[in-house]
Amino acid sequence: MSPARAHIVGVGESAYARWGKIGEVSEHALACQAIQRAVADAGLSMDDVDGLASFAEDRNEAVFLAAELGLPALRFGNMVWMPGGGGGCAAVSNAAMAVETGQAEVVVVYRSLCQGQFYRFGSGGVSTDAPADPPVPSLQQANSLLMASMGFAMPYGLLMAAAAYALPTRRHMHLYGTTSEQLGLLAVTFREHASRNPRAVMGGRPLTLEDHQASPMIADPHRLFDCCLESDGACAVVVTTEERARDLAKRPVEILGSEQGAPRGYAFGPFTNANIPDALYATGGGEEMAGRLWAKTGLSPGDVDVAQLYDHFTGCVLMQLEDYGFCQRGEAGAFIESGALAWKGGSLPTNTHGGSLSEAYIHGLNHVVEGVRSLRGESTSPVENAEVCLVTSAACVPSSAVLLGRK
Amino acid sequence: MSERYFPDTMPPPMADGTSLPWWKAAAEHRLVVQECGACQVTRLPPSPVCPDCRSDQFGWREVSGEGEVYTFTRVHRPLGAGQAIPFIIAVIALDGSGGLRMISNVVEIEADAVAIGMRVELVWEDMSPDLAIPRFRPATN
Ligand SMILES: [Zn+2]
Repeated sequence: MSPARAHIVGVGESAYARWGKIGEVSEHALACQAIQRAVADAGLSMDDVDGLASFAEDRNEAVFLAAELGLPALRFGNMVWMPGGGGGCAAVSNAAMAVETGQAEVVVVYRSLCQGQFYRFGSGGVSTDAPADPPVPSLQQANSLLMASMGFAMPYGLLMAAAAYALPTRRHMHLYGTTSEQLGLLAVTFREHASRNPRAVMGGRPLTLEDHQASPMIADPHRLFDCCLESDGACAVVVTTEERARDLAKRPVEILGSEQGAPRGYAFGPFTNANIPDALYATGGGEEMAGRLWAKTGLSPGDVDVAQLYDHFTGCVLMQLEDYGFCQRGEAGAFIESGALAWKGGSLPTNTHGGSLSEAYIHGLNHVVEGVRSLRGESTSPVENAEVCLVTSAACVPSSAVLLGRK
Repeated sequence: MSERYFPDTMPPPMADGTSLPWWKAAAEHRLVVQECGACQVTRLPPSPVCPDCRSDQFGWREVSGEGEVYTFTRVHRPLGAGQAIPFIIAVIALDGSGGLRMISNVVEIEADAVAIGMRVELVWEDMSPDLAIPRFRPATN
């Protein structure tokens, strides 16, 4: 008999806004709001919550949120050791482990991101104004292993994620003939999905392939519309036991399986690691993990009715399609051209909320929220009779994924 | 001083005790890779233990700085005052390194001319008397 599986029973979010446009509200106040809404969505009270989970680079530590939200006790406070975008699904996975093993009963996974209130990751606070008295360039002390590894990227001007993930994407184009138009079709498809989503920051801004091709180059092949939004907002999902899930407000969604991790020698991925094995370099790095996910659930790519794939950059979505086995290595460009990812008529409707390219960039936890909605029949781009949804975290870094199932 | 390719506002490197010897060699214009003292497999960036045989014995092997472009991107956003755009970030496959690559820049080239597979050679940029950064330009021979 398989052990009782954890379920997601509530989802919620704050308003989503463009970078710096959320107004006079702090990032952690938004976290509280999203957590409260997710708990209310589940038909639970904050008095029922005994665990909080998030993932790396979260500025809103669970111990403070637990105190502020009046949790009776914080039995489980968890942070995933993945680079920011890679850990969202792993946080859900850790929450599931906690409730499945009795460490806690109701765990809320949360993410709040007000990029307008902090430096953007990748700009490092670098000013384009000339300092009056520029410091003499000198070697600096690295205060973490990540910073020591960034020492092999930053002095070459590699600070922007758009440039870092352009490197494997460029290699993919070289090896397989992938084109900028194929990347652009991803952005156009997700924008079309966002057009029905009132939460989507770019919902009212149609995008054509011509618009994409005319958008400014950021770090080739990534144009402006190949890059995700920079957003202010927060979202949360509530994880609990199968038993507890039975009599709550909404139809529960089962966590069919989850995986997290990185292949051998991957470290932080291509951002700082030039020595990823050749066979892995022009991939999202998730193929082994995907294989474990399919094996442990007994499912295959053909069983997935709808997918929410982390989309910080179009190239990273393209490589994930191959990593997870939706098409052969090198064929994702043609797969995208076939219309497979479109809500209307696609074999694999993907990012039905609009994704990070068009809904909001909340480090992909909003993809888990949409995964739940897509199986509840609550998506604004609903996929009829969807029973299985794949949700992934960021590609080209150590990552994680969950398979969700309709009860 | 060598030729300058990037302004002083280019972010400086950061090192810990494990990577410091690499940067000290760079300051002396020596491009090195770490070599396991037990199995001789090379690695970059520097790390305390050989991932292949788990030995903590190692030395440093100097490479010629000749190599080829493995992949690249042209960055169209300036990083700081005085930064010309676009500039090229590339992954360089290093000859004689045991199959290693490193992130760097390709300089002394029209941005449109960079291509995967093109041959390049090392050029040092002295950012200050104590800090030299290895960059690459099209091979001259
Ligand atoms: Zn060894």
